[in-house]
Amino acid sequence: MNATAAEVARPAAPEAAPVLLGHHTDGSITDRITGIVLQRGRGAGFWLAIGISGAATVLFVVAIAWLFARGVGIWGINQPVSWGFAITNYVWWVAIGNSGTFISAFLLLLRQRWRTSINRFAEAMTIFAVAMAGLMPILHLGRPWFFYWLAPYPNAMNVWPQWRSPLVWDFFAIATYLIVSILFWYMGLLPDLATMRDAARRRGRQLAYGLAALGWRGDARHWHHYRSAYLLLGGVAAPLVISVHSVVAFEFSFANLPGWHSAIYAPYFIAGALFSGLAMALTITIPLRAIFGLHDFITARHLANIAKLMLACGWIITYTYVIELFTAFYGGDRYEIHTALARMGGDYAWIYWTVVACNVLVPQLIWWRAVRASPLALFAISILVNVGMWLERMMIILTGLYQDFLPSSWGNFTPTFWDWAILAGSLGAFALLFILFIRFVPALSMTELRRLNRDITQAGS
Amino acid sequence: MLDLPPLIQRRDFLRLMSAALALASGGCVRRPAARIVPYAQTPSGLTPGEPQFYATALTQGGYAHGVLVRSDDGRPTKIEGNPAHPASLGATGPIEQGRILELWNPARSHAPLQQGLATTWQSFTSMLAARLAGLQSRGGAGLYLLTGATSSPTLRRQWQRIAQRYPAARWHVHEAVDRDAVRAGAMRAFGAALEPVYRFHRARIVAALDADFLAAMPGAVRHARDFARARSPEQAGARMNRLYAAECMPSVTGAAADHRLPLRTAEILELAQRLEARLAGNAADGGPPWFDALLADLAAHRGESLVVAGEAQPAEMHELACRINARLGNIGRTVDFIAPPPVAGESLAALVEAMRGGTVDTLLVLGANPAYDAPADLEFSAALGSVPLSVHCGLYVDETARLCHWHLPAAHELESWSDARAFDGTACIQQPLIAPLYGGYAVHEVLALLSGEHDATAHGLVQATWRETFGNDFETSWQQALQAGVIAGSASSAVKVALRAAAPAVARTVPRDAHDLELNFRPDPCIWDGRYADIPWLQELPRPLTQLTWDNAALLAPELAVEFDLHNEDVVELWVADRRIEAPVWIVNGHAPRAVTLYLGFGRRHAGDVGSGRGVDPYALRTSGAPWFTAGLGLRSTGTRVPLATVQHHHRMEEREPVRSGTLSRFLAQPDFAREAADRAPPPTLYPDFPYEGHAWGMTIDLAACIGCNACTIACQAENNIPTVGKDEVLRGREMHWIRVDRYEAAPQETGPHTDFQPVPCMQCEHAPCEVVCPVEASVHDAEGINVQVYNRCVGTRFCSNNCPYKVRRFNFLQYARDAPGLDAQRNPEVTVRNRGVMEKCNYCLQRIVRGRIAADRDNRRIADGEVVTACQAVCPTQAIVFGDLNDPASRVRANRELPRNYALLGELDTRPRTTYLAKITHPREPDDAA
Repeated sequence: MNATAAEVARPAAPEAAPVLLGHHTDGSITDRITGIVLQRGRGAGFWLAIGISGAATVLFVVAIAWLFARGVGIWGINQPVSWGFAITNYVWWVAIGNSGTFISAFLLLLRQRWRTSINRFAEAMTIFAVAMAGLMPILHLGRPWFFYWLAPYPNAMNVWPQWRSPLVWDFFAIATYLIVSILFWYMGLLPDLATMRDAARRRGRQLAYGLAALGWRGDARHWHHYRSAYLLLGGVAAPLVISVHSVVAFEFSFANLPGWHSAIYAPYFIAGALFSGLAMALTITIPLRAIFGLHDFITARHLANIAKLMLACGWIITYTYVIELFTAFYGGDRYEIHTALARMGGDYAWIYWTVVACNVLVPQLIWWRAVRASPLALFAISILVNVGMWLERMMIILTGLYQDFLPSSWGNFTPTFWDWAILAGSLGAFALLFILFIRFVPALSMTELRRLNRDITQAGS
Repeated sequence: MLDLPPLIQRRDFLRLMSAALALASGGCVRRPAARIVPYAQTPSGLTPGEPQFYATALTQGGYAHGVLVRSDDGRPTKIEGNPAHPASLGATGPIEQGRILELWNPARSHAPLQQGLATTWQSFTSMLAARLAGLQSRGGAGLYLLTGATSSPTLRRQWQRIAQRYPAARWHVHEAVDRDAVRAGAMRAFGAALEPVYRFHRARIVAALDADFLAAMPGAVRHARDFARARSPEQAGARMNRLYAAECMPSVTGAAADHRLPLRTAEILELAQRLEARLAGNAADGGPPWFDALLADLAAHRGESLVVAGEAQPAEMHELACRINARLGNIGRTVDFIAPPPVAGESLAALVEAMRGGTVDTLLVLGANPAYDAPADLEFSAALGSVPLSVHCGLYVDETARLCHWHLPAAHELESWSDARAFDGTACIQQPLIAPLYGGYAVHEVLALLSGEHDATAHGLVQATWRETFGNDFETSWQQALQAGVIAGSASSAVKVALRAAAPAVARTVPRDAHDLELNFRPDPCIWDGRYADIPWLQELPRPLTQLTWDNAALLAPELAVEFDLHNEDVVELWVADRRIEAPVWIVNGHAPRAVTLYLGFGRRHAGDVGSGRGVDPYALRTSGAPWFTAGLGLRSTGTRVPLATVQHHHRMEEREPVRSGTLSRFLAQPDFAREAADRAPPPTLYPDFPYEGHAWGMTIDLAACIGCNACTIACQAENNIPTVGKDEVLRGREMHWIRVDRYEAAPQETGPHTDFQPVPCMQCEHAPCEVVCPVEASVHDAEGINVQVYNRCVGTRFCSNNCPYKVRRFNFLQYARDAPGLDAQRNPEVTVRNRGVMEKCNYCLQRIVRGRIAADRDNRRIADGEVVTACQAVCPTQAIVFGDLNDPASRVRANRELPRNYALLGELDTRPRTTYLAKITHPREPDDAA
């Protein structure tokens, strides 16, 4: 915490900070990072974190069990608002996954060296977020035990999925995304797992890490194959940043509902995903850095870079908000105009204006250097953006449905305890997974940090 | 069924475990001990799996409504109208549809009770025999019979026999919604207690003075048919009728009116007095425009006009209606007078007086529930306590049954033989569809104990009644009567009437103060006076003018709500003199500003799980002196709230015009005024049209004919095994009706607040938005154009519902189809019962199409027009719904679709709906109309 406070007192341009602080050797990097897993004890803080996230996870399990027992009627959804929290959660979680892939794959291809320190846990964040996201559409189904009917497989009914439905594309998009993310993450983890195996002192750990390292010996041929495979996987993963969110957007824009049926949705959702994903990356990075004293590896520059990317995405979002309103009125369609007005002035106007405050106004603070240099301020902004983006998805779903074509069918939506339980539970499960990840897996990529360190020292000498 | 029970009950668990144990231990027993009789000989005419229809009748207030009851392998499952019956002509109202559930209701009484404990019929008969022996010596003094209104000739004959044996016995009749004032009015006008029979098809000007003749009057279904016929823009053209309505609480009739005037009920009498005076030329000019227009129209349409007064109006009003109709030469043309079909009896008030006086020794209550629905001032329940022996015979162990010494379960009308007369006097035989499910006894068999015909069956008693009428050829006539459902030529002949000199007007308790508040009671459109409170279909059926379900409320005008700062669901205290109740408020546009209306039938204390404790009991404020309306109402907000479950939250059209309407003159000048660009030429599409070579089903709904009675909604529910969801789920917006009747209010105009109804089933879009978004092909188009839902393929993404612009899809958010044991036997065996997690919706009664196809295939022909009739179409009193084959150039639906007033709902979305609407045509009087 001292270091954080020291940084606040030193508001130099955070972009000027180096990507790696201090004088490190391969050995010191290895010791610092393996130490988090192997040496650090399990203090009260750890158990407290496990306790809270574990309790929320139990709530998640209970909420799911009750859901499966009674049906989706335990939620507040109805006619006409037959989508609710589950789809909101889904879009929000899948969007959070987005930035991990962006950081590790996109920035890898763009040779952004600063990504090195943060890509490992950003990827972990992606996997856990996509796992949460992947659960949501299944929980959302009226008959979740038949979710596999969305997959094309030879069956006695002789029926295939209905390929025109964006939900089928979505099924593939999510499945692809999850598989590629896991492969990419695990692939990058291999040399580090071998390091862990070698650093571990206890037999059990040696065995576990050894098995997970798949026989990595640091052979030159290993490194050769590893490098090209990693780059290739990066190439495969990068388009997913675009495609997954386009497909998520199609789930809305392919419907004929006013407020949903809009060509801007795909880029809008991609920018939105990046926006909320970067916010979540900040939400995770800042405490991680403080708790484990990773200031050498995650410097002010990292935080500022993420914040600036977030600001850029915020402006794309802002542009979309404006354009949506413009097309509604310019198009002159009475239903679109009504939905636009209902968003800004209807029963759920508070959601719209909170969204505008969180996603448009709050990120503007990043223009100030002092804000960019303050991890505390950035943390607060990132939380607000996370909230804003969750509400934005809620707003899209709710205001698109609650007053559509026939006034006789208009109706409002009120969430129930179980709606909130699923949201809170998924947050808890995500947190639990992440804590366990930090506990058992090197949270930063030692391989890449050592390489970065060597590059920097070579350039310096 | 309503409040979802836990997943597994303790009893269920034990039952399962014991069954498992029994199976494990008794698996080697080879045969059951009981004798099994194989179904070796099929009853003649019965094909297993083929439904049969039996003609019978349902009665309410003594008036018969002829029906055909569908029987599936011996189980009555659905009620249809009887085309041969004058009150039905093939249609029914909403209540008749719900009565199949009354038959199956597991909450019905199962056994005779003595002081609340189960006993036997034998112990009752021996007790009664001993009692009667004592009564006989006194000539029956002290023997009292209380029934609901009845028109049964057999019951009348039985009473005559009883009266011979016990000359001093008395018969009282109690009906909470009675027509005494109608007969009293005729008595004042003509000197005889008569009832009017209206001929709406001959009336070009109709004035409904507080008369809901389209929904809440004997013969309402027939009235609706005749009225709609005289209103069809195509059939009647420029001779289309015009309806004036003056009423307090908006009714279905008022909503159909071209000119509607909201007035306090008491003020309507003054209006009629002025009308009579003006027509007689005894009064000076002056009056509201509504009044002048009506006056001019009536004067110009002598013999072609009709003034109808409602039951809630006093006898003076009915006398005035008789006089005005006579003056206009309408009698014999648009209205006839007949002897009242129901049998006359003494009043409940007289009975209570006798009970108090101690002259009642033995009281038999047959099918009435005065402990609940008697006027509060009679204090019937207290008086009943002083009767030495009271016997109740009814369907339920209701409020009255609990206060009587003995209770006998009554057989349902569909379980027993009887007979009844329709509103026009036409007689019919009621035949049983099934042996009494819960061991009930027919009313005739109970009465036979009094008349000394101890071993007579209801069948024999009814036959004995008609043996005299049918004469020699009894068997043939009997069979004909059973088959047709009516006894040919039994309609009452019109009585020749002559006006008596007018009696001096009686001063009424007209509220002198224009600010005085008036309290009104009206029968509930669904559960009537409370007798149907335990029928969930009827409870959950939206009331046409309020769209409320499961509750009644203090219905009042927006003006009054503003004055008392009330909002919907605010609870108010209402008091008249020292009687007070609390009721939630529901604001109704078009209600008379200085009045409050309560629907009867709610606040039942013992009406099963479904009916008990719902809403508030208006009978607590109802007195025998003012059964329908009373001045001097007090109103005060209590500051509490009660949630009310409505199925529609928004009542303005928001300039979207889902209901397109125009006046007759506009229609005559430009018949296709309702058509928009999309109706003239469909917008372009990328996909080629699908060639429909066989049938191409379609439907038209005539908004000019629709009166918004909701019969289609409940008929569809009965036909398609649609579950009810309960009040809590309706509050969450999860009602399941496949065809709903939307209600829109136009802004108040000169003609009064304007209500439009629009039945909305699935549109079966040719370009169905639901189909493209379903990921598993559960929503697909069939080769005859129907958008079908494959229940067992549906995984429940609900994307289809989101994408449906008409929001006609219904989702099983929970396991709604969980009926109490016994109710499952009512279900239509041809329709799947849907589980939770599955989307469902209207499919044009696909099962009926399949049945039609099988019949046509057998004869190697096409399905003929009119051969397949959907449930909503069959029930519609005004025949507003027409279904058929669009590929058949001679079909009615094709002809309707080619009418200039045909339009598609939301046609601009290019969904190409197969269900289209015929624009609503009204016929208000216009300034240049000839006087």
